[in-house]
Amino acid sequence: MSWGAQGRLLAVSLLVAAQFGAGPWAGKTARASAGATTSEPLVYASPVEILFSPDGGRLYVLCQQSGEVRVLDAATFKPMATVAVGNVPRGFALSPDGARLFVANSWDDSVSVIDTRSLQVTATWPVGAEPSALAADPAGKFLFVTNRISNDVAVLDAQTGTEEKRLAAGRGASYMTASADGSRLYVTHVYPILPAHGSALGNRTPPESEITVIDTARAVVADRIPLHSVAGVFHVAISADGRLGAVAELHPKNLVPLAHLEHGWAFEDTLTLFGADVGAQPIEIPLDELERYAARPFGIAITPDKSRLYVSNGGSEMVTAIDVSRLLRTVQARGQSFVEDLSASANYVVARIAVGHDPRGATLTPNGRRLFVANRLDDTISVIDTRTNRLAATIPLDGPKKISVLRYGEQTFYTARYSFQGQIGCANCHIDSTFDGLTWDLEPDGFGVDIVENKMLEGVKDLAPYKWNGANPNLPTECGPRTEKYFWRSESFDDLTLADLVLYIRSLQPRPNRWQSTDNQLSAAQERGKQIFERTQDNFGKPIPEENRCSYCHSGVQGTNRKLFDVGSKKPTDSSGLLKTPQLTNVALTAPYLHDGSAPTLEEIWTVNNPADKHGRTNDLTKNQLNDLIEYLRMR
Amino acid sequence: MTEGTRMRGFALALAVTAAAGTILAQPAAIGQKSPAAPATVRAANASTAKVSAAARALPHFRFENFTTANGLPDNHVFAVLVDGDRIWAGTENGLGLYENGRWKTYTPKDGLAHRAVLSLALDKRTGDVWAGTMAGLSRISAGRIDTYTQLNSGLSNDVVYGVSVEGENVWVATAAGACRLDLKTGQWSLYNERNTPMAEIWTYAVSAAPDKVYYGVWGSGLLEYDQKTGRWDKYDDPDGENEMVLFKDQGLIHEIVTSVSYVDKIVWAATYFGDSRYDGRYWHNFLTKDSGLPSNFTNFVKGVDANRAWFCTDKGLAYYDGANWAVYRPSLSTGKPEMTVRDAQGHVAAAPVTSAPAHNYILGIDFQGSDIWVATAKGLSHGIRQPSATQDRKEP
Repeated sequence: MSWGAQGRLLAVSLLVAAQFGAGPWAGKTARASAGATTSEPLVYASPVEILFSPDGGRLYVLCQQSGEVRVLDAATFKPMATVAVGNVPRGFALSPDGARLFVANSWDDSVSVIDTRSLQVTATWPVGAEPSALAADPAGKFLFVTNRISNDVAVLDAQTGTEEKRLAAGRGASYMTASADGSRLYVTHVYPILPAHGSALGNRTPPESEITVIDTARAVVADRIPLHSVAGVFHVAISADGRLGAVAELHPKNLVPLAHLEHGWAFEDTLTLFGADVGAQPIEIPLDELERYAARPFGIAITPDKSRLYVSNGGSEMVTAIDVSRLLRTVQARGQSFVEDLSASANYVVARIAVGHDPRGATLTPNGRRLFVANRLDDTISVIDTRTNRLAATIPLDGPKKISVLRYGEQTFYTARYSFQGQIGCANCHIDSTFDGLTWDLEPDGFGVDIVENKMLEGVKDLAPYKWNGANPNLPTECGPRTEKYFWRSESFDDLTLADLVLYIRSLQPRPNRWQSTDNQLSAAQERGKQIFERTQDNFGKPIPEENRCSYCHSGVQGTNRKLFDVGSKKPTDSSGLLKTPQLTNVALTAPYLHDGSAPTLEEIWTVNNPADKHGRTNDLTKNQLNDLIEYLRMR
Repeated sequence: MTEGTRMRGFALALAVTAAAGTILAQPAAIGQKSPAAPATVRAANASTAKVSAAARALPHFRFENFTTANGLPDNHVFAVLVDGDRIWAGTENGLGLYENGRWKTYTPKDGLAHRAVLSLALDKRTGDVWAGTMAGLSRISAGRIDTYTQLNSGLSNDVVYGVSVEGENVWVATAAGACRLDLKTGQWSLYNERNTPMAEIWTYAVSAAPDKVYYGVWGSGLLEYDQKTGRWDKYDDPDGENEMVLFKDQGLIHEIVTSVSYVDKIVWAATYFGDSRYDGRYWHNFLTKDSGLPSNFTNFVKGVDANRAWFCTDKGLAYYDGANWAVYRPSLSTGKPEMTVRDAQGHVAAAPVTSAPAHNYILGIDFQGSDIWVATAKGLSHGIRQPSATQDRKEP
């Protein structure tokens, strides 16, 4: 077992022990729930992506929780080897000759280089913040790496791993696909691009995303394909002839109350099509059908003959099969996006194929006869016959066969089965168990009332009360009645399922902070910022009242005293100005800020939204001091 | 002979060689460095006319001018930037992009920080363009515009007079000090009277290179940042006189520095009272009274290499090849196209031309191979390089 795997096992052990030893769930036992069969802390493979070797003989499976690449015989599916890589690998890619396999270790900020002959890691390259996907250019000169945290694509020397430059991509840059000839890369991002202005009342706008198109020979951004009203963009597929591109995405309807789930749907699960087959303008198409939703489209693949297009739907635990000819005829006839039409997908969706929990990466065999889908929360691979569009086989990966409490909680988190008509799940808004960068109108109290920004879930245990107004005393209330009533429009969690879901959420640890130095020493700017954070006098020597100091409300390791304060951010349509002090953990990642997202950047909390000094005494600060304060906050 | 004079000698010799040649070679790229000339040629003087052949061989251009009449967003052009075949024009009413024979205009509706674009810089590695405006700094990256202001970022002030990209850092000159944005970390560092020798914080220009970063400061001379040590140094007008020059060639010509260009480890600095060249040890000042500079009031300077530079003044565009000067402008008296040359001995002659930059008031220049693009107060001009020998033959 690798050090990483041991570490994770230990962490999970401690975590489970902690969960059941304290807190509102103390006294409950980790007994089998509706789905969990053990309270043991187990490490699963959790496959997320699949690749074939160039000769089609091997299947490489990227396993996220175990931190491995599993190598299977592509004919027999028998395990050939297991290669340990880094922490939370998220994407991998082969070199043009297939001799090297590059793995992006997202929590280690590294790339593992695997020699595919020896199946050994021959190098580990340090890279940018949260590397997520990789692609090599056809000439073998560059290796491109998406960095989710720094929102860019690093261009590395493919031989040495030396970073040459970074290209600006979308916020949360994550997934990347090369065109068939390798001349272009199509990069997506999971969080919407921050608006230029705050999204408080009066100027809330639909989210904007993009596909960043990279010229691989020049290693520059050649184009940006806008994705209007889209937030949460995942895999792209390009047809073999290069004429059709398709991207799997979420189209949130966050400007209207989420309670409207029962009237229509809060998320549209869509594809945006682009390329010569579509015309000059990209066209967004729905995957959903009334009462048959395709929740959380993620993986996507187009058969070599362009007859079929497949999309994995993580929340609906299925694969959507599309007849490309019929799709293109529909698109030509419509001439524009038609995501609002819930009857449209019947024109081109030819099958909805049930697979495992949280299906992710989808890969076709080179001849296009079979589709392989990685079921992340089942440790299985579904094999679909593309001629019949039926499940042909399910390949189990080695690993625990029991379902742990945390595993079941995670399955509950990622499925859409509990919501009204199976439309959405927790992971719709908490992408990869984080957040979505959006503001929402959650409750059935009228349009535009009590707009709230979505929060990061990592590290939320022991931060009760919950909700911005602190109305929910604990996570079971937050995740149970509140979620079911207001979000799901259903009440379908049983007690044990809810317990496991809560335990899973409590288990989410904050990802490494990328602004902290490895030796935990503060930079000069961070040190100056810390002094401002903790100061008791303003620049004029006047005492700052205790409740008006940063360090009073944002106290402790997580940066919150969990109490409610009025920081002057109340809008006329807010029920109350009293808001729970949010945690500061990884605050640099979680824009927009303030309870309603009215501050797109940390700076705007104080430069725009604190005229009366109610959100801390800050109006005496110089620009230098404000910058220092922000540098300190970013490393929290 | 100092290093500086040696280099100028090389350039002079090269120009003489070119003038004496019989082959009509394509002109050397304006933005490219001069090849070294053989030592035997260096001392040669092939000039037989009153104005040396070297001066007569200075680059000739046919100017094609762009105004709002043919698509330019606004006639008042603050800055121009060449990116291959694409030309960016920072105007008072939008950022213009000239590509494939057509103009496209970016405005605040597209996300640009402000309609008045004062400065431009190209990140050559990524192709991103940075635009300093009257209300913030914008990055234009394959059509997407991201804007940084003093409210939404660590930028010290929204009035961005200058911008320069070096490696992962964007250096910014604002009306309230200098800033550096680290593109990898997103960290802003501010430099002002608190942590540099900057007496005034009205930074007007910046030129960044891997070893040094230079800031032109309005009223506070020239600031130098050493990338290795992180230390700042300052160069002032040694005589401290605003109205006169007492100590010529002993330092910066004036405290009001409007533009700076650092190339080949040479600093070219422009002020409203003359210009300067600094090689790290020696200063050389340029004034109208003893150079070919058409005006001491210089808005912008751009060095080609250690010896050659272009000066954008209120009375025309000037080119200096290390010894000789050429001035391109509409005549101050008649408005007709005019080119004058001045050789190292001070002989001045007119060169026959049929076109000139759009206006005398020159605000910026950039190079496109052997061509130049010129920002003026009344239009953008494309100077298309003409074979110099042909021009010589036509010369009376």
